[in-house]
Amino acid sequence: MPQEKDVTAQESAQRSGNVGAVMVVGGGVAGIQAALDMANSGFYVYLVENKPAIGGVMAQLDKTFPTNDCSMCILSPKLVECGRHLNIEILAPATVQGINGVPGHFTVKITQPARYIDLAKCIGCGVCAEKCPKKVPDEFNQGLGTRKSAYVMYPQAVPLKYAIDKASCIYFKKGGKCKACEKFCPTGAVDLEQKDQVRDLEVGAVILTPGFRTFDPSQYPTYHYAHFPNVVTSLEFERILSASGPFGGHLVRPSDHAEPKKIAWLQCVGSRDVKYHTYCSSVCCMYAIKEAVISKEHASYPLDTAIFFMDMRTFGKDFELYYNRAKDEHGVRFVRSRIHSIDPLADGDLQVRYADESGEEKIETFNLIVLSVGMEVSQASRELSSTLGVDANSHDFVATSPFAPVSASRPGIYVSGAMQGPKDIPESVMQASAAAGAVSASLGDVRWTETRLKKTPEPKAIRPEDAPRIGVFVCNCGINIGGIVNVPDLAEYVKTLPNVAYVEENLFTCSQDTQVQMTKIIEEHNLNRVVVAACTPITHESLFRETLTDAGLNKYLFEMANIRNQDSWVHMKEQDKATDKAKDLVRMAVARASLLKPLMEKPLSINQRALVIGGGIAGLNAALNLGDQGFETILLEKEPQLGGNARRVHKTIEGLDVQAYLDGLIEQVKAHNKIQVLTSALVVGFIGYKGNFTTEVLVGPGMYERKIDHGITVVATGAHEYHPKEFLYGEHERVMTQLELGDFLHREKDSAAKWDRVVMVQCVGSRNDESPNCSRLCCQGAVKYALQLKGLNPDMDVVILYRDMRTYGFLEDYYREAREKGVLFSRFEPDRLPQVNNDNGQLSVTFVDHVLGRPINMAVDAVVLSAGARAADTEELASLLKIPRNAGGFFIEAHAKLRPVDFASEGIFLCGMAHSPKLINESIAQAMAAASRAGAFLADVNQTISGITAHVEPDRCAACLVCVRTCPYGIPQISRDNVSEINEALCQGCGTCASECPAKIIQVAHFEDDQISAKIKTLY
Amino acid sequence: MRLQYPPSVRIIEVPCTGKVDIMHLLMAFEYGADGVIVMGCLEGDCHYGAGNLYAKKRGNRVKEILDKVGVGGERLAMYNLTSGMGGRFAEIIREITEKVMELGPSPIRVATGKAVRPIAEVTT
Repeated sequence: MPQEKDVTAQESAQRSGNVGAVMVVGGGVAGIQAALDMANSGFYVYLVENKPAIGGVMAQLDKTFPTNDCSMCILSPKLVECGRHLNIEILAPATVQGINGVPGHFTVKITQPARYIDLAKCIGCGVCAEKCPKKVPDEFNQGLGTRKSAYVMYPQAVPLKYAIDKASCIYFKKGGKCKACEKFCPTGAVDLEQKDQVRDLEVGAVILTPGFRTFDPSQYPTYHYAHFPNVVTSLEFERILSASGPFGGHLVRPSDHAEPKKIAWLQCVGSRDVKYHTYCSSVCCMYAIKEAVISKEHASYPLDTAIFFMDMRTFGKDFELYYNRAKDEHGVRFVRSRIHSIDPLADGDLQVRYADESGEEKIETFNLIVLSVGMEVSQASRELSSTLGVDANSHDFVATSPFAPVSASRPGIYVSGAMQGPKDIPESVMQASAAAGAVSASLGDVRWTETRLKKTPEPKAIRPEDAPRIGVFVCNCGINIGGIVNVPDLAEYVKTLPNVAYVEENLFTCSQDTQVQMTKIIEEHNLNRVVVAACTPITHESLFRETLTDAGLNKYLFEMANIRNQDSWVHMKEQDKATDKAKDLVRMAVARASLLKPLMEKPLSINQRALVIGGGIAGLNAALNLGDQGFETILLEKEPQLGGNARRVHKTIEGLDVQAYLDGLIEQVKAHNKIQVLTSALVVGFIGYKGNFTTEVLVGPGMYERKIDHGITVVATGAHEYHPKEFLYGEHERVMTQLELGDFLHREKDSAAKWDRVVMVQCVGSRNDESPNCSRLCCQGAVKYALQLKGLNPDMDVVILYRDMRTYGFLEDYYREAREKGVLFSRFEPDRLPQVNNDNGQLSVTFVDHVLGRPINMAVDAVVLSAGARAADTEELASLLKIPRNAGGFFIEAHAKLRPVDFASEGIFLCGMAHSPKLINESIAQAMAAASRAGAFLADVNQTISGITAHVEPDRCAACLVCVRTCPYGIPQISRDNVSEINEALCQGCGTCASECPAKIIQVAHFEDDQISAKIKTLY
Repeated sequence: MRLQYPPSVRIIEVPCTGKVDIMHLLMAFEYGADGVIVMGCLEGDCHYGAGNLYAKKRGNRVKEILDKVGVGGERLAMYNLTSGMGGRFAEIIREITEKVMELGPSPIRVATGKAVRPIAEVTT
């Protein structure tokens, strides 16, 4: 952690006038990510949220697609990290009132409405809410339950402080009566005289992440949402499914709490509708599938689920596989029909009438209907845009350019997440990191000027003779664990184990209040080891270790027993055995914990140079951002030219000139004094670890060898257009791919204008057995080129043969425009593919129209194949860097939801089409995000290395060289004293040497032989 | 994914299968395991280079010892997986559990009269 008073940094701040603080407005997942990225890379962050706690909509979700991760489980560590971050100041509730100043130095006026609770005194005990006599509908549960006027939004809320809702509070409504909360509060935290506060905050930049509001379906008169209790919104349904929701996670319908046997989802409610919002909300298809699949998991009986949709838009990474599994494995029904109205039946059941695909009218009865409501901009967010003076687009979202996807119209103000356009969690997270990257690039000179230094308590000395005193915290994880494992029984059992001094059960051990509580308990009970029986150390170990550090315990004196992922989740049907297993797992953890030793961490040296592999749009943007942040950057491109695929794209769907942009970008990169470009450069060797990589490259036609030392690596190796084997491609010059059509339109516009008819075929090389995923780009590509053709010749017939039109987000506007301009769209089924015929040079296409239901043959001037995206050939690179790829050859990020640009291997980052097919604006955002994460790593020069390293007992070493020969990194060396020596700074802690050493004199700290033996011995 | 598999395994975490020691494999049998699985990264894809190959070598050595002492080398299994192969993981646990059930309790466990339930142990 850098020093508080960095003199040189402060001098430079004075020179530039820039302020090293940033305001993030909106505390959903995008705001949280932006705040964490900014704070971790050396900026002080004001996180402004208009509700009393951060978390946003993600906190309300039950599970997340496509991994089915529990939403709260993956969000909670981030909430806690924000809450305890020394350089993030959460202002909640607060709203922005005005802004003055220039980029680099703004003054933002905010109002903090009175909470009527003193944050410093509130201990989150909940007595105020318990005693409060006033019940009101609970907005966190979407009105399906009630809360009190004194309340906390949700159990894991950050900050976990109560608030008094003035609008419903009896004291405020009845002129000074009641005061129950004040009377019973044990700490005197209730302050009914509290006044609103106004503050002026100096910041260098503002990032807008206010998110979205769900569409209010009571505007649809024929759905009767307001009158039929069993017609619910998708967000209400998330609360119904959630373990912490109004029904405790039991799948019941609101009217009579009966278990539904048939549930329907109606798609596009409020979206793709000229009466409400014309854009597509991008996420509803996936969340509906997820809700259907999770519902089936919840139900202990056969549950019928039907999704009524127009186009199934599963366009994201691995989304199509999720859709296919829902159909084929889970038996979710998909019905292509937009439902006009819902009619009530007796007993709360609901009836829908629809025409199926053959045009036959059907009537079906459902017990519960979920409306897949879209995203829209709230009134408050509209006001925020106008207060800050940033332009909105025609749908009220903050306007951005495809080439600067997170920059608002006013310089110094950035936007990310759903306020920039409807999007899912990973894309919001990516954009949030991108906005952080943009800020870092403009305020790089004032990093660490406003940040504060963490004071960790002096660690307690643990003497070898001190008996272990272990505290065990058993997590219910809502009902994730407690619903299967008998947690009270487990906790009683744990009390009988040796060395256990304290046992406690928690609803969520990871919540912030439990962390505070844990710190106190460690102190009070004089604990010197902690075991948490909960979920996986992959997501939660670092959080608990930090709590130990705060309590003055060395963080290595901690052990987790994974009784969720390894137990309750995988033995759902065998509850007794799961409880027995949980006892074993905790006993093993306690046995090991008893033998754990405190370890010291040494500083990590970081080479501040960056290496970017791939010189397409993504790589160029990543390099430029890193260079602008002030880091020396080397950009490698295997081709002689920079530019990648973008070299073959002439215009975006918005009509912007890609080549002009690309030329400017390349010029900027080449002229940048921090960036060095190596073309015709091939990576042939890669060694090292975070902060200290060495890459071997063969450069230029002469293939001269170069070794590059660098601290981080960005992988931006891209993808390419599929070369079709089907539809006479390569046999007739007028059967061309989208990119070839683009080139043709660029070169021979006039001859194209003479065409009478063009047919485009979608999903060529996508969504089939060979390549099951959707390529995301091709639907908008077809619409873009169709509009260009119609522009050249309005009389030209343009027919697009498609399976689902996936023009997500604002792209839907162009799809609508194409229909209005007379482009014909005809859908085909994968088992009835169109046929392209070549009759002595005359091309024709035969296809079965979905409305007419009979084959149509038409002569055409050109057939355009919307060929999908295929991953670049990165087999060798993946093997050198040891980074994983999926079946399609795209790289696999560390976490599909919350770490979309990181690899699991630290110090390596990912962006662009190497991750999955994406549009130019999305590649740019992801590149900036990768550069932001990489820059944050490089900027934090005071990192430490793990204490988990190998140690030799020199007195007993015979210098037999086994360790020297075994180590994959060549770290052990024979010293002058003729014994093996292992450099801790370089040791990776794999332990191979320790297990090979014939004399058993090498031990890996934290995985010492007796620590492992203890687990084995206690098991039987 | 939450794929269901039999509750017969207890996982012991190591940094790399390269840390899986002959001593610990034998100890598991000595203390009463009916079966042991070593699970590492795919060959050629070891996060630390070649730890899984060392583990394979040691596993083969332990199999020989188990054969010699009458426990039977087939009670030790070694697999190479990635973190993306949850389906295969569950399948392996089912297969090995069935196999160990077929083999019956390990002779060591019978001799020492220890424990009642059949258990397989997994090391990753």
